[in-house]
Amino acid sequence: MTAIETEAGTLRKGAAMGQSVPRREDRRLVQGQGLFFDDVKRKGMGYLHFVRSPYAHATISSIDVSAALELPGVYGTLTGDEVAILTDPFFQIAAPPGAAVKDYALAVGKARYVGEPVVAVVAETRERARDAAELVMVDYEPLEPVVDARAALAEGAPVLHEECGGNLSYAGVWEWGDVDAAFAEADHVVKIDELHFDRFNSTPLECSGALVEYNRGTSQWTMYTNNQFPGFAAIMMGPAMRVGLDKLRIVTQDIGGGFGNKITTHPQLVACCLLARKLNRPIQWTEWRTEFHQSMSHGNERWFEETEVAVKADGTLLGFRTKAIDDAGAYLRYEPLGGVIWSQVAAGLYKWRNLRLEFTQAMTNKAPVSPNRGYSRMQHLWFTERVIDIVAHTLGFDPVEIRRQNYVQPEDMPYETPNGCVYDSGDYPRALELVLELIGADTIEERRAEAASRGKLLGLGIGSTLDSGTNNFGQSQLINPELQFSGNNEVATVKLDIFGEVVVTLGTTPQGQGHETTAAQVVADILNCDVNMVHVRAGHDSYWNSHAGFSGTYASQFAVTGLGAVKGAADLLAGDMVKLASMVFQCPEEAIELADGFARIKDNPEAALPFMALGAIPNANNAGFPEDPPTMNRRFVYRPPFQVPDKERKFGNLTLTYSLQMHACVVEIDPETGVTEVVEYAAVDDCGVRINPQIVEGQVMGATAHAIGAALWESFVYDEDGNLLTPNFYDYHVPHALDMPPLKTAAIESPSPFTPLGTKGMGEGGGGGIHCICAGIQDALRAAGGAIVTDSHNPYHRVWELLSDPERSRGSVEVSSR
Amino acid sequence: MATTSTRKTISVEINGRTHERDVPASMLLVHFLRDELDLTGTHVGCDTGSCGACTVQLRGDAVKSCCLLAVQADGASITTVEGLAGDEGELTPLQQSFNEHHALQCGYCTPGMLMSATALLEHNPHPSEDDVKVALQGNLCRCTGYWNIIDAVVAAGEGGAR
Repeated sequence: MTAIETEAGTLRKGAAMGQSVPRREDRRLVQGQGLFFDDVKRKGMGYLHFVRSPYAHATISSIDVSAALELPGVYGTLTGDEVAILTDPFFQIAAPPGAAVKDYALAVGKARYVGEPVVAVVAETRERARDAAELVMVDYEPLEPVVDARAALAEGAPVLHEECGGNLSYAGVWEWGDVDAAFAEADHVVKIDELHFDRFNSTPLECSGALVEYNRGTSQWTMYTNNQFPGFAAIMMGPAMRVGLDKLRIVTQDIGGGFGNKITTHPQLVACCLLARKLNRPIQWTEWRTEFHQSMSHGNERWFEETEVAVKADGTLLGFRTKAIDDAGAYLRYEPLGGVIWSQVAAGLYKWRNLRLEFTQAMTNKAPVSPNRGYSRMQHLWFTERVIDIVAHTLGFDPVEIRRQNYVQPEDMPYETPNGCVYDSGDYPRALELVLELIGADTIEERRAEAASRGKLLGLGIGSTLDSGTNNFGQSQLINPELQFSGNNEVATVKLDIFGEVVVTLGTTPQGQGHETTAAQVVADILNCDVNMVHVRAGHDSYWNSHAGFSGTYASQFAVTGLGAVKGAADLLAGDMVKLASMVFQCPEEAIELADGFARIKDNPEAALPFMALGAIPNANNAGFPEDPPTMNRRFVYRPPFQVPDKERKFGNLTLTYSLQMHACVVEIDPETGVTEVVEYAAVDDCGVRINPQIVEGQVMGATAHAIGAALWESFVYDEDGNLLTPNFYDYHVPHALDMPPLKTAAIESPSPFTPLGTKGMGEGGGGGIHCICAGIQDALRAAGGAIVTDSHNPYHRVWELLSDPERSRGSVEVSSR
Repeated sequence: MATTSTRKTISVEINGRTHERDVPASMLLVHFLRDELDLTGTHVGCDTGSCGACTVQLRGDAVKSCCLLAVQADGASITTVEGLAGDEGELTPLQQSFNEHHALQCGYCTPGMLMSATALLEHNPHPSEDDVKVALQGNLCRCTGYWNIIDAVVAAGEGGAR
């Protein structure tokens, strides 16, 4: 790995902010002293194992748990019938028809995907629970499954949820500008039959799970878990369980990766809660890897049908129209939010003003989808990047030039997109220059010739992409006008304790993003103290008063919402400290400064109160003050400035910040086998002000690795009966150390004008690696028949098909020119 | 159905201390470490021996403790991630190097990575980048993309942490 810190150090924010302060989380994690949910144990706890459906679609005619209950060491069971009595269906985000879906913690009456939990069994050991699960007798009457979203929408398709009257969960037309006029003005119209974005997810190494206790005296559950969006889990669970949110205490500490995949664990958590109450003992549930693959949070699979692109003779892109068909899987656990989230980046990086997208989402007999790193935007950004490269390929434009020409330009910033989103800052052409320099684009033809001499096809690909962060939850009203969510928020508390300890609590649920470190950096610079004086509590606890409705770690927002809250609380505490010092020294507040860990008189630095004195006075020595001394315990709720979007026009600012990722790769293809090797890779990232450049680069690397995996190896493949063919790490190939190409990184810092620290949310990477590898493969294939890449996932056999029958993919693209 | 009722008494030396326990014959070594001895630094990431989060050193070799039964470790000596740092918590050069190179994010794969890399460094004190990649190919990381992990191990081999 070669890091070129092109812009490093140009924006020094303070003694701590802007520095690559080594992570403070690491000390416990490298010693095996992290606290993951599965490390939490309680006396007498029972291990939960789910009996799961072996059928993709089946009526459950009977369940007999008696043999399981007779096995020694089995504590009890829970069936769908009990769940249907004890709980209400989960609240649905969808408007009709998706609103009619009835989703419970366990299958009720019918199973709708292979791996769906049908019965839960609890026993004294993991092994005994698994054994007992095998003794549960479930009689199924298999039904015909439907595993393709396009087929699911066809007349006569098997219906998953009869209440919905079909498999459609959401449909909407999104159109801005004057699309017909754009096509009338176009010199060329490029038509693309079908593009397909594949189904995968980022498979965090730690599976989902929880240790759940029920306090009979207070009727409260405590969940030690790895859910990454407790606010969402609570609003799903509370009404279903018919309890107030105060009865649901959610605690996290270390989480073994999330990537969005740990947002929708609420059904399993409800099963744990019901069993903890029923059996009067703590419940331990740890998902096995196969169970995770079969049932947890697949990424959205999406087709783009009948795409048309309006292009001027000089390469100016005027607009597109397309029909997106999205596959939600069997239940709507976070969907159909994917039906609006994509529109945060409807225009991609480009200036086209006339866009039309018909979004249709279907339910199928596959695992439910939920957010996965780059959620819904990645699919759409892949589409826009594919469109650019296909247009360039078919009309003979240079993929670099057509991008440069059509990018939103730095002088346009802040740029309002056709749908009212505001790109806050950035210099896309400069990032493109930089990434081309890193990848050595000027020598690409020589390298292509050299590779050809070895019998290899070499290609260069660009993936320019955005990471929109800090959601305006008001966008949910664009898919369901009845919803009452809008804006966003996050909470932090900062206090000065008796011995002068600066203690920070966060509402977030980090999964490796280093929040303890970056929060300490921000607080240290505001209080002008050493970063080691700041203690950031690890994890999230909804018992603390340090969370709000949107608290969690998801959707690229911590550097804005989380650190915005930290900054707000630290500013308030700094004010308290100055005020107390002014009271003690009986001088105006303006005469006081915080410096070197003291509050002191500016003109007389000898008159200085250490943090210990400032903490001790209000907390433990407060008699005799003529007025109340400040509390030294401050809470701040950061709320980004949002309006509810215009529901009629589907218009408004949906996210506060737009980080830029410019990825480029060089690939080599073996024409004999279709095997693609990424031989060089470069990533330029601009996420505004970087609080900790090393952590930012780590996120860039991680997102790159996910994208490389998704582009070449990782896929949730189903057979026609709805069996997942890649249910473990043997069949689902996660890249390992030998798979990774050499990487060069660089950073640009274009501060956001809209955020408290000039930061932008980042970390999801927008799928840049998928986009650039697709582009690189298409470039390499130019010398061998000129096939068009129409799928996001290109394992060797798909590339081999492109090589052996290039006319087929070429025939799916048509150009009409006037 | 597996025979979870068959039990056996085993004696295993772990991080220099001998533990004697009566365990089910079907218990995996990783669950013995985690559930019986509360050595929760050793993690479980898959069902198939693919991910390496459970890697420990058994008689000096890096092994995946999810692929062994506890009873198979009877009489053996094992080092887990908890056995790396000194008694006063002083980190090994490799652990220090992981911190300096940002070689971990969520930290879930880290114990296994450290155990595989420690075994590598014991056999090959100055590994090349390729040596490290080969040694770590059985350990999956989903956060870092491996680049910083490889740098950290190579740097540790070049004379310890900076």
